[in-house]
Amino acid sequence: MPKLVIASIGPASSVQDGGRPGSQRYGLTPSGAMDRLPLAAANVLLGNAPLAAAIEIGPFGAAFTARGGPVRLALSGAQRSVDIARRPVAFDSSMTLADGETLTLGFARNGSFSYLALEGGIAGEPTFGSLAVNARAGLGSPYPRPLQAGDELQAAMASGAPERRIELPAIPDAPIRVVPGPQDDEFSEEAKALFLGSDWKISATSDRMGYRLEGPVIKHLHGHNIVSDGMVNGSIQVPGNGQPIVLMPDRPTTGGYPKIATVITADFGRFAQIPAGHIFRFKAISIAEAQEAARAFSELLRTLPDRLRGIENFDPNIEALRDANVAGTAVSAVDVGTWQSSSA
Amino acid sequence: MAATTLPPPRLLPSGDSAITVEFSRNIDDAANQRVLALDRTLAEAPIAGVTETVPTYRSLLVHYDPCRIDFATLGEKLMALARRAVSAGTKARRWRVPVVYGGEHGIDLEDVAKTLNTTPDDIVMRHVAGHYRVAMIGFTPGWSYLSGLDKSLHMPRRQNPRLLTPAGTISIGGVQTGVQCLAGPSGWHLLGRTPVRTYQLHRDPIFLLEPGDYVTFSQVDAKTFADQDHAAEAGGIVAELVA
Repeated sequence: MPKLVIASIGPASSVQDGGRPGSQRYGLTPSGAMDRLPLAAANVLLGNAPLAAAIEIGPFGAAFTARGGPVRLALSGAQRSVDIARRPVAFDSSMTLADGETLTLGFARNGSFSYLALEGGIAGEPTFGSLAVNARAGLGSPYPRPLQAGDELQAAMASGAPERRIELPAIPDAPIRVVPGPQDDEFSEEAKALFLGSDWKISATSDRMGYRLEGPVIKHLHGHNIVSDGMVNGSIQVPGNGQPIVLMPDRPTTGGYPKIATVITADFGRFAQIPAGHIFRFKAISIAEAQEAARAFSELLRTLPDRLRGIENFDPNIEALRDANVAGTAVSAVDVGTWQSSSA
Repeated sequence: MAATTLPPPRLLPSGDSAITVEFSRNIDDAANQRVLALDRTLAEAPIAGVTETVPTYRSLLVHYDPCRIDFATLGEKLMALARRAVSAGTKARRWRVPVVYGGEHGIDLEDVAKTLNTTPDDIVMRHVAGHYRVAMIGFTPGWSYLSGLDKSLHMPRRQNPRLLTPAGTISIGGVQTGVQCLAGPSGWHLLGRTPVRTYQLHRDPIFLLEPGDYVTFSQVDAKTFADQDHAAEAGGIVAELVA
């Protein structure tokens, strides 16, 4: 059987899937992909279950080599330069690596995480139904830690199915929507207005457990210690120094700082993709609006197969694409609206 | 306690897919009993769309799927259930958990004794005398927070939390005592260690303690601890279920 060898990879890269919710009452963090939409897109391109395990690739470059046979892959998420043996490859597409060929990815642009799925999924032993890496708890398979150069993933022999691309909706450059609470009453109206009205940046010390925010100091009304209660992905807690932390999938299940607001489900992946140092804002919406957005997001995930397109007529101007990639401009050969497909 | 005297909980949105049902803002035994009662009620008669529940000292976090039930509908159902009287909780189990106190196993025991103007033996005696309830499990897998700590043992947490404390640590902090399963950071005072794994993969059950279970501690010597630690490593439960 062929395998995919990690030739090189940066930090913050690990096998992730839909995570292992269901045991938070025992302190088990759910983990799972930072951004579910591109995870699902990459999987759907190969006929895998949408939230099957794939490689979550952090902001740095990476390279993967097929050994022992051809391996079929698909890539989605944060854009980067990508080539197979120096041939540029389109994003949001499936591709086949011939035996011995190397897929090379550059730095992430306008995002942090890309997802590389393998046809047939990743082979491993699930714990609590998941292969997702949770290094702190020693969970994850085939490696219970972030990926390193030299790691090998067992792969299925490439099926030879026609390659496909997927048309994803454009990602809006809009504020990150939040629902106030559960402890917004621990903050004055001024503090809440400051939180919603200020520019924020993601600190470079952020990780899969939490994103530290840099911006104005958000003061508490009654001090920063509350009795621990449950947390969710996107909980925005404010510790004693007044610099909020947004809880990410490897978060603890409970915590003892007041939570001023919660990032909505539909915007969580978009938030996770914000690169360190990039300025953004929050916007408060109602629960009803957030739930409508969550249902629309769920429907988007469910209907991803309808967005698959053939690439028989895929004939990109290779020279232009290569020049653009070398110049470092974000280029996707399949940006919605810029590509005419045979089956659309 | 009559149901009519209970103040209603507060329903706090935790985003679009979870509700915090808050019974108190403080560590409050009566509130914790109501949290656990609501948790049991939801386990016995599940509400469609609820995906999991996380009990804590003062609130129950209810995760749900907004595609199946909305905030207002779920909130009404939870409010109705939470107003009911606390049930007896007959299912709660009682565990006896062995602990080796002091020395290398509990490096803060002597300091705690000094701070409280007594002897290490006296601290151990008071800690072993307690009847505790698992108020919540959180932070890291199997970290069990116990209520019922003797008032004379209440003391502030350490000024400087330790970045690494051993697996199986038994410690006290504030008004609580706890059983820590995995090695990790802690700002509590370390009294001893237990060989019991509250969380162990490839064992049935993976998680030993449930929120609401009762716990007492029994003192064992270092040799017994070492023997039981081997047994536990091999998948033994080691903790004793008492009638």
